Amino acid sequence: MNAVIALENGIWYQGTAAGAAGVVAGEVVFNTSMTGYQEILTDPSYAGQIVTMTCPQIGNYGVAAEDTESGRPQVAGFIVREASPIASNWRATGTLRDYLVEHGIVAIAGIDTRALTRVLRNAGVMRGVIATGAVEPEELVSQALSVKPMEGSDLVSTVTCAEPFDWPVISDKGACEALEPDAFRLPPERHSDRLLRVAAYDLGLKRNILRRFSAYGCQVRVFPATTPAKDLLATKPDGVFLSNGPGDPAPLDYAVANTREVLQAGVPVFGICLGHQVLARAFGGTTYKLKFGHRGANHPVKQLSTGQVEITSQNHGFAVDPESLPDDVEVTHLNLYDGTVEGLRHKQQAAFSVQYHPEASPGPHDADYLFSKFLEEMVRRSR
Amino acid sequence: MPRRTDISRILVVGSGPIVIGQACEFDYSGTQACKALRAEGLEVVLVNSNPATIMTDPEVADRTYVEPLTWEVLRSVIEVERPDALLPTVGGQTALNLAVELDANGVLEEFGVSLIGASIDAIMVAEDRLKFREAMQSIDVDVPESSYAKSLDEALKVVERLGFPAIIRPSFTLGGVGGGIAYNIEELREVVTRGIELSPVHEILIEESVIGWKEFELEVMRDGVDNFVVVCSIENIDPMGVHTGDSITVAPALTLTDKEYQRMRDVARRIIRRVGVETGGSNIQFAVNPTDGRMVAIEMNPRVSRSSALASKATGFPIAKIAAKLALGYRLDEIPNDITRLTPASFEPTIDYVVVKVPRWTFEKFPQADCTLMTQMKSVGEAMAIGRTFKEAFLKGIRSLDIGKSGQLLRQEGTDHDDAKLQRQLIVPTHRRMFSLFEALRRGWSIDQVHELTQIDRWFIAQFADIVELQKSASLVGAREISANLMETLKKTGFGHEELGEALGVDPMVIDSRCREFGLKRVYKRIDTCAAEFESFTPYLYGTYEQECESAPTSVDKVVILGSGPNRIGQGIEFDYCCCHAAFALKEAGLETIMVNCNPETVSTDYDSVDRLYFEPLTLEDVSAVIETERAAGGNVSCIVQFGGQTPLKLALGLQQTGVTILGTPPDSIDLAEDRKRFASLLWELGIPQAPSGVATSRQEAREVASGISYPLVVRPSYVLGGRAMAIVYDAAALDRYMTEAVDASPEHPVLIDKFLEDAFELDVDAVADSTGAVVIGGVMEHIEEAGIHSGDSSCVVPPYLVPENHLVTIRDYTRRVARALKVVGLVNAQFAIKDDTVYVLEVNPRASRTVPYLSKATGVPLAKVAAQVMAGKTLAGMGLIDDLEVSGVFVKAPVFPFVRFPGVDTILGPEMKSTGEVMGGAATFGSAYAKAQLAAGQRLPNKGTAFISVNNDDKANVVPIARDLAGLGFSLLATHGTAAYLRAHGLDIEPVYKVNEGRPHIADRLLSREIDLVVNTPLGRESFFDDRTLRRIATMLGVPCVTTLTGAAATVSAIRSLRDEELGVRPLQEYHASLTS
Repeated sequence: MNAVIALENGIWYQGTAAGAAGVVAGEVVFNTSMTGYQEILTDPSYAGQIVTMTCPQIGNYGVAAEDTESGRPQVAGFIVREASPIASNWRATGTLRDYLVEHGIVAIAGIDTRALTRVLRNAGVMRGVIATGAVEPEELVSQALSVKPMEGSDLVSTVTCAEPFDWPVISDKGACEALEPDAFRLPPERHSDRLLRVAAYDLGLKRNILRRFSAYGCQVRVFPATTPAKDLLATKPDGVFLSNGPGDPAPLDYAVANTREVLQAGVPVFGICLGHQVLARAFGGTTYKLKFGHRGANHPVKQLSTGQVEITSQNHGFAVDPESLPDDVEVTHLNLYDGTVEGLRHKQQAAFSVQYHPEASPGPHDADYLFSKFLEEMVRRSR
Repeated sequence: MPRRTDISRILVVGSGPIVIGQACEFDYSGTQACKALRAEGLEVVLVNSNPATIMTDPEVADRTYVEPLTWEVLRSVIEVERPDALLPTVGGQTALNLAVELDANGVLEEFGVSLIGASIDAIMVAEDRLKFREAMQSIDVDVPESSYAKSLDEALKVVERLGFPAIIRPSFTLGGVGGGIAYNIEELREVVTRGIELSPVHEILIEESVIGWKEFELEVMRDGVDNFVVVCSIENIDPMGVHTGDSITVAPALTLTDKEYQRMRDVARRIIRRVGVETGGSNIQFAVNPTDGRMVAIEMNPRVSRSSALASKATGFPIAKIAAKLALGYRLDEIPNDITRLTPASFEPTIDYVVVKVPRWTFEKFPQADCTLMTQMKSVGEAMAIGRTFKEAFLKGIRSLDIGKSGQLLRQEGTDHDDAKLQRQLIVPTHRRMFSLFEALRRGWSIDQVHELTQIDRWFIAQFADIVELQKSASLVGAREISANLMETLKKTGFGHEELGEALGVDPMVIDSRCREFGLKRVYKRIDTCAAEFESFTPYLYGTYEQECESAPTSVDKVVILGSGPNRIGQGIEFDYCCCHAAFALKEAGLETIMVNCNPETVSTDYDSVDRLYFEPLTLEDVSAVIETERAAGGNVSCIVQFGGQTPLKLALGLQQTGVTILGTPPDSIDLAEDRKRFASLLWELGIPQAPSGVATSRQEAREVASGISYPLVVRPSYVLGGRAMAIVYDAAALDRYMTEAVDASPEHPVLIDKFLEDAFELDVDAVADSTGAVVIGGVMEHIEEAGIHSGDSSCVVPPYLVPENHLVTIRDYTRRVARALKVVGLVNAQFAIKDDTVYVLEVNPRASRTVPYLSKATGVPLAKVAAQVMAGKTLAGMGLIDDLEVSGVFVKAPVFPFVRFPGVDTILGPEMKSTGEVMGGAATFGSAYAKAQLAAGQRLPNKGTAFISVNNDDKANVVPIARDLAGLGFSLLATHGTAAYLRAHGLDIEPVYKVNEGRPHIADRLLSREIDLVVNTPLGRESFFDDRTLRRIATMLGVPCVTTLTGAAATVSAIRSLRDEELGVRPLQEYHASLTS
């Protein structure tokens, strides 16, 4: 079946449908990771976005339940150069195409994804529409122009959990092993002989964050994004975690206010991605939109205290303005590609965050030490 | 972290001659490393015995020693040069082994040389399988079960535990030499015995079989502060059991989930840390069980490798260059990425295309060789292809092999073999398995069925099935009815015009015009390390069928240089050397240079070597498309075809027909020189003698030609390089056999027949001629072996040492006259024979020859570069080149053979070229230069001991002085009864020995019990039932020098004399050359 992806700047590409039939709109972005398409599809941070994979062969190893980062695919649409007709892996339970169709994800294949990527790199990410069947590309362009821009939209409300829930811990062996098929292999260092309690704000939480907390011996209670801070603090957590999530942090006043309250309570705070941006705003900083964002699994990030470079998993379109940060907040990590802020910490308080994804999935495990660091902070405070 | 300041002079060790398992990838990495080190202001001292390399160009290092790669020679160099450090990681296994030997012999300590790039400990852990295994277990990394054995008994015990099949790997051998797989006791006996023999420490490892598991490689780098990156992942399409050098491989890995891949990455990081590679690159191999994901580490190479060269070309990340900088103390984040300029090297390249590497074998040269692919590498070269999809890259890769019609996967082969036979062909991997796989798919075998038989991942088989399906639909529709849509799909899938022409039964030109009608045009995409996330500043391009073209050609005048494609016997690194020099010269002349080539191992495909690089197959279709794109921007586009060997030459006429200007010698002259009839009449006009010759297109014609010439004859097909299918025939029956069995003669492909000049001296000349008719002779090279042995397999020497001056004058004169008559502009190579005091022209080739780099190193004048300048319009006089070139000293070139890898193959030399590479020895005397060349070729000549002599009747008279000399040098002599009687009659004291079938102990026994140090054996041929082939094989396997020609024996004697009388000193090229100009 025919399919078209049209961009707001009037450029469109014709290809073939590779998922469900229909019309979808969203912000068109590109991801340069060569593996982990299923993790990307199911990452709630991609809500509202049409994701282009720059790697041309997608779907080769099919799909498997263990490789999901949330209950379902979260992307608005999906663009690939060539989709695999078969699934070849011992863990695979089906093909990518069937998975996309089953979950109603509209996808397009067979277009010049590199040309599209270059458009996005040069002009910045933009709105677009994928439609399948007999379509008028010009019409799709005007549809793209009417898509609500990402800036200023609260997308968190579309992906956060409805009710609080607890994530199992490592002692619950059977349950955990099924969810974590040998993902890291490296047994993490434990820091405490008791289970540490983490209260997590779900702004669009990736499951692998929970799996890592479990592996480190933490008990996590996950709360909806709008849960008042006092409700969290009432559970007496050893630390509070601010999760990743989609879209612009600017409209998330409730999250910023809750974070400030948590900070005032002196509970250690750790933020990832959107959680990092929320923490920065809670500190009084500002955020801005990047031209085409960072999405991939190969970005070098330098830890300023050690000079060490980590290869990181990235997925964000907004960043923290380092000039806006107060004096008692320092930048701890920088992106070596473009010098943007990748991590920060409060000089006095146990509160730190990173823009990238130490939980990986997909991507390298270089930054896993950050979980350990959070544990240290929690242990120190609980003594 | 700034670079180390305690190093100012650094010794770089190259990898020596091209052999199977170690090819031009080490010229690429070594050259990169030298350039990077010198850019840092360091003085570089280089040792490499291979003259056919860019790295041994005197400009690349400060001091260049083309000397044998032994620790003793390196010690001499170290003694003279006193380097602060040694970089052993860019010269392959050879350089690593030398570093270990230098350390073991206390040389590094004695002269205070520090090792950089890899420590001895790291090398030992990575190279010693037991230590590696222990190291892996200490960091909880899974490895296949294994045990060592030093004897057959021990081996049997191990196999009782591990079971069959058993993998046998000898310790410390290159490229898995002597390894193998045993499925039963018999095979075990054979492989174990051979392996123990070949291992320098007489030890083998027996491993649990992981045959059929998926095989992966990671190319990783680490800096001094433990920053770590994976440059590239590579997946082997052929599963475990086939050496990675013999596997079709693909980058990036295509069938790993992120979970599996990241686990592999984590383990790789732990391995490089544990092994202790502090700065530099490593290659780590893994096997993954396809049924449960169990992953085991197989091996680790703490150095740059063939795979790292591939990874560099596949991603645009120059591993060797970065490794050199890391060794100096830089950190990854302090080194910029050349391609994006704005981002650092501390990242992991991501690619938005697919790269496929296809090995190139030359089993046709070794008909007796076993072509089963196993753990020991057998291919001699490789082609790499890049496409937007796997299918496109794969089809381009097959097309890049340049193996003619037999390379067409999609060709309907005769259905002469039944399903059972096909099934066997799928089970046992050989160089033709992929062709059988396609045949199976054509027969409709299912993906699962083919997977069961080959163990190749289903994903790849599904891709192949797609290709077969598409071809079927194209054949059904036909060229006339084909739709624009289908044609677009076919071209996007990677089908070449020729393959489509074959499938549709039309000329490729018809496909071309259909594509034009449909407006289908090739576009070019950039290789940028980052999947377009950042702008790329290097025009490193590949062709595909997509929407957007990024080639951005300029409007200036430019020259397209056509490379030589995958390495093969007869067309190897020498031609890449020439192509690079053409590029350097034209760049200096202010022209824009464009390279088209598909060999990932080479310097020519380094994006640094030229202004614009197109990584494309060397076919008329692909090259024309490049030229068309470059032309579109304006500016004059001309093309150089004479530097890349036969591959680009074949394209010359086709390109000229499309209106491309061919620089230098006109293609018509190339044709004139190749066309026997035209060439013979030219020589006739010039009054230059030529051995009687003729041309035949059928058996009958051949007989007629033969009767006019008289036997023996040299016969060969036209337009081949490396003496492919060339033979000497002594009678009509042999000629008939040749015409019917060996070649497929036809009017388009006639067979050339020449009178064979027996026992003649043979000489080679390389010269440069310009458009004014000036000719400068680069050198006259005298072959050590007599006529009848391919010039590529013959040792040779400049200046000539036996040929009288009057003949040399004649040879120079003939060369000039023929060059002028052929209107040569650029290089010309001429071969001569001297018999009965007459100089005959054997052949003249108006193109770069295999000896150009060797001669350039000997004379200090870069002939290929000069030739390119001449082709660009300069005159020789304008460059100050008026007189013929001279050498100071004596330089011997010696070939290196792959016999040790092909058990069962006769080591006898003949008109068909068999050597894979060459070395050069330079000295003040012939004897020393020859001894050095032999040593460099891996042949340590004895200076005392026992020599065994066995020659055919014709040679008996001439072997007397040789035997006498050997006796005079103190050798005890041993000979077969016939030879012994003859020599005794001439007053020599000689011990007779039984032939193999005469009694015991026979000669093979004596050889095996290491009682013989030198073998002189000229082939007995049909004269004898004695199997002297076996004898030569045993000598080769044991490493006992075995000389098969009398001239070679004479040279050996003078070398032995020099070894006893002279000190083998070392001297850099720069000094040789300086003594010429002063």
